[in-house]
Amino acid sequence: MADLTRKTAAELAELMTSGQASSVEITQAHLDRIAAVDGAVHAFLHVDTEGALAQAKAVDDKRAAGEQLSPLAGVPLALKDVLTQEGVPTTAGSKILEGWKPPYDSTVVKRLKDAGIVILGKTNMDEFAMGSSTENSAYGTTHNPWDLGRIPGGSGGGSSAAVSAYEAPLAIGTDTGGSIRQPGAFTGTVGVKPTYGGTSRYGLIALASSLDTPGPCARTTLDAALLHEVIAGWDPMDSTSINQDVPPVVEAARNGDVAGLRIGVVKELGGEGYQPGVEARFHEAVELLTKLGAEVVEVSCPHFQYALPAYYLILPSEASSNLAKFDAMRYGLRVGDDGENSAEKVMSLTREAGFGAEVKRRIMLGTHALSSGYYDAYYGQAQKVRTLIARDFAAAYEQVDVLVSPATPTTAFAIGDRIDDPIAMYKNDLCTIPSNLAGNAAASFPCGLADEDGLPVGFHVMAPVMRDDLLYKVGAALESALAEQWGGVLMTKAPELEVTR
Amino acid sequence: MTAEVLEIDDALAQYDPVMGLEVHVELNTKSKMFCGCPTEFGAPPNTQTCPVCLGLPGALPVVNAKAVESAIKIGLALNCEIAEWCRFARKNYFYPDMPKNFQTSQYDEPIAFNGWTEVVVDGETYRIEIERAHMEEDTGKSTHIGGATGRIHGASHSLVDYNRAGIPLIEIVTKTIEVPPAKAAAVARAYVSMLRDLLLSLDVSDVRMDQGSLRCDANVSLKPHGSTALGTRTETKNVNSFRSVERAITYEITRQAAILSSGGKILQETRHWHEDTGITTSGREKSDADDYRYFPEPDLVPVAPSREWVEELRGTLPEAPSVRRARLQQDWGFTDLEMRDVINGNALEPIVATVELGVTPAAAKKWWLGELARSANESGQELDALGVGPAEVAEVQKLVDDGTLNDKLARQVFEGLLAGEGTPAEIIEKRGLALVSDDSALLEAIDRAIAANPDVVEKVNSGKPAAAGALIGAVMKDMRGQADAAKVRQLLNEKLGI
Amino acid sequence: MPSITREEVAHLARLARIELTDDELDHLAPQLDQIITLVGQVSQVAADDIPPTSHALPLTNVMRPDENVPCLTPEQALSGAPAAEEQRFRVPRILEED
Repeated sequence: MADLTRKTAAELAELMTSGQASSVEITQAHLDRIAAVDGAVHAFLHVDTEGALAQAKAVDDKRAAGEQLSPLAGVPLALKDVLTQEGVPTTAGSKILEGWKPPYDSTVVKRLKDAGIVILGKTNMDEFAMGSSTENSAYGTTHNPWDLGRIPGGSGGGSSAAVSAYEAPLAIGTDTGGSIRQPGAFTGTVGVKPTYGGTSRYGLIALASSLDTPGPCARTTLDAALLHEVIAGWDPMDSTSINQDVPPVVEAARNGDVAGLRIGVVKELGGEGYQPGVEARFHEAVELLTKLGAEVVEVSCPHFQYALPAYYLILPSEASSNLAKFDAMRYGLRVGDDGENSAEKVMSLTREAGFGAEVKRRIMLGTHALSSGYYDAYYGQAQKVRTLIARDFAAAYEQVDVLVSPATPTTAFAIGDRIDDPIAMYKNDLCTIPSNLAGNAAASFPCGLADEDGLPVGFHVMAPVMRDDLLYKVGAALESALAEQWGGVLMTKAPELEVTR
Repeated sequence: MTAEVLEIDDALAQYDPVMGLEVHVELNTKSKMFCGCPTEFGAPPNTQTCPVCLGLPGALPVVNAKAVESAIKIGLALNCEIAEWCRFARKNYFYPDMPKNFQTSQYDEPIAFNGWTEVVVDGETYRIEIERAHMEEDTGKSTHIGGATGRIHGASHSLVDYNRAGIPLIEIVTKTIEVPPAKAAAVARAYVSMLRDLLLSLDVSDVRMDQGSLRCDANVSLKPHGSTALGTRTETKNVNSFRSVERAITYEITRQAAILSSGGKILQETRHWHEDTGITTSGREKSDADDYRYFPEPDLVPVAPSREWVEELRGTLPEAPSVRRARLQQDWGFTDLEMRDVINGNALEPIVATVELGVTPAAAKKWWLGELARSANESGQELDALGVGPAEVAEVQKLVDDGTLNDKLARQVFEGLLAGEGTPAEIIEKRGLALVSDDSALLEAIDRAIAANPDVVEKVNSGKPAAAGALIGAVMKDMRGQADAAKVRQLLNEKLGI
Repeated sequence: MPSITREEVAHLARLARIELTDDELDHLAPQLDQIITLVGQVSQVAADDIPPTSHALPLTNVMRPDENVPCLTPEQALSGAPAAEEQRFRVPRILEED
């Protein structure tokens, strides 16, 4: 049997329906792969061997009994450790939740389980999703499978790295400012941020409530679409969830026809500060789409330059409030309860010990921005800038169907490179942040390797609210055209990881 | 340590009290404000919680439609405008009984605002302006262990039960209340009492101050007579009964007056009322720790009640209490004074219920404001705690109407009822209270009276029929009051030929 | 002139219930200062008449009926508790009256 870990999710599903492989075999193959390479990659914080094999067996039994199963039943998946899974450790990459086992499933997990998808384990992430490199994890950073000395991106570095290292064909991430798309770009994989409200946040440990969006990670466009369909849709447990039909993403992924599609290149997302190799691959991809029949124009979104400052006001403000619940009273770490210290003191000591530097920074920032006297100038003003950015998008979408840009200004940088420079770190998200602020759908698709360093470059597509299907249409077109050039998807060019015995 | 206070009269002579009342109402919805957990009072600890009301990581709120409906009804009953569009906001502060360390509440966009209501005290009507009514959620409950009194001071640790966390609350805030100084505390008390009746009539809450489903915080400040500048106010909590409202405000007036008149300054703080000792003590200083950093709740979307829905709800409101009182007064044919007595005696509802059982309003009023009020005052109870209700009153009045009892005997039956001697029939039996209806017995008594009072008979026969009254009195005494005086008069007159 | 002082950061830490060390305070203040300068750029945009946005789609009136759904058992509710006593969460002594 050819290496099961090299198959796409769609291929694995086909193997199972045709009886050529069982979910248990497939799951075991991936568990073996994790054992072999995760010592070096460190994508996983927790591998649920027993649970995964039990889930796999259950699917195999159902299939044997002739039950009707979902398209991805039996396919394994890696879950970002920011979504609750009942009875399984969930840390959000933080010490303050070390050992916590949620008593309930997030809606995303419920839907994965209902679809028979096998959850292999929880992946590493920047603490409370604050970061762009996964270096802020309290449990050590994840290493980019393309070059283990480099970061995989963040905050969902673990999920993208797991997919990139063939530890799982599918993963779930969450995207608040680029945390699915940017690691997708850095690891040569597909990362999609659905329309905000398109996937449920119930059970997602909140960072910025008005920005957080769960989404799919995969090695191919079709796989991402299949997973997107499983997790998306209205959830009555989430008041911000959109009560409309899920856009036809799978259909779009199967039909990558961009003839007549109007594409806008965002003028403000390029130029100074952008690595030449990244821009080169980006422009070639645009060329390619033109050859495939798309009409490309340049579009200006003048308020995008304020996206980063607005984002770093809104996010810390909401996060400072969302993280207040971690106070040592009901769950998680408790420090300093010596019988003398007051509850107030224990709260302060615990939060001091349990939160990392970036989390503290953002909590301070958010507390400041919401303080009386500062609200109007900071949070209040940032929410208005958001409207201006949304209007830029709306105006652009009158001229074009989708907008495109590089996914990131640079390729993956070395571990340790930017950890002491918060602002340099924030600038990783320049291209991805505007979509989070406006709430519309966006994705990153692999479009080549940069000449300077041979590292993956991501092609960023942005579509209007609830037009997630357009992302997949473009992604599919690009993928098949590039596959012709490369003889396969970009991942086929990745260096082989050393396997530990 | 007891604070120095000024006598209330001295205080009011120099200063005008300015009050603001914040009342929290726990709604009687089946489920909590933002989740489907039950809201039963008294359940075993932490048996009515879920990820949402426990504040577990990842949980999200969803608004309870019935709570919004109740909020609108309360707003309408208080003559408020109902917002066309409003949001929830987070009030951020840390406290162990707060699962999220923020309370989901409403800040500058309350669902109801700019209303008014009226209270009647000693026959005068006072209008109270309502600033706003807004929706929020209740906290968990802490029990403090190890201290002497079960309060925080001296406690070694606390135990927290989150059953109550998330139960819907409506906070009703008045604008500043300025009434004649001598009436201030009484008006405040009347307001809370009136509010309770109003909320009961809307069926939105159990409004039991003893169970915490109606809570009152009183803000009090003083300003010197003739001054327009407002003084520093304190907020007094733990005011758990109507009586406490009046007492706590009165105390605060006297305490603040003492400080101001000796040249001191009032500290802006939260104070705690102690029912047992009748004083307030210092709680928390209101400082920069109270920067709540309000911002719109991003996990919820705006509430925009359609005007159709609001009008539909307005149509379900019961008659306003003042309108109802006016209607009843007219139906009953009471004068303003009589109605005032009824209201001041808290006898309105008992009389309504008694009239419904077929008793005339006048008779109902006589008993409720007479025998029963007297007994209630003597024993320091409320009318509804006497153990004698409209049914008993109706029964006794029926016995008077059918001639079994007269007024005096009826009073003795009430005496027996209040003492718990049994049913009216049993009491009449035991005490031998029935009117004698047998004419022959009456005639014998009349003969005895005539025989014993020849001088009176002389007077009657010499043209003074009114003198017969003394004979009637004698007969009544002889019969131990168990005779119908009118019947006696009739028989006597026949006997005497007048 | 820094946009935020060490004292202000210390105050924020108290508000946020984080017991920062002196070292951290020394470190954080200049970093926050830099970041605040960056984010302060939002004030350069003229936005007086612009309404704020908090959601991609202008949803309103998302509500649920007043019905009960199954709760967590007390064991589940207390499962993460650092300390529990008598089926309640045991917390250290509370200083401030609410």
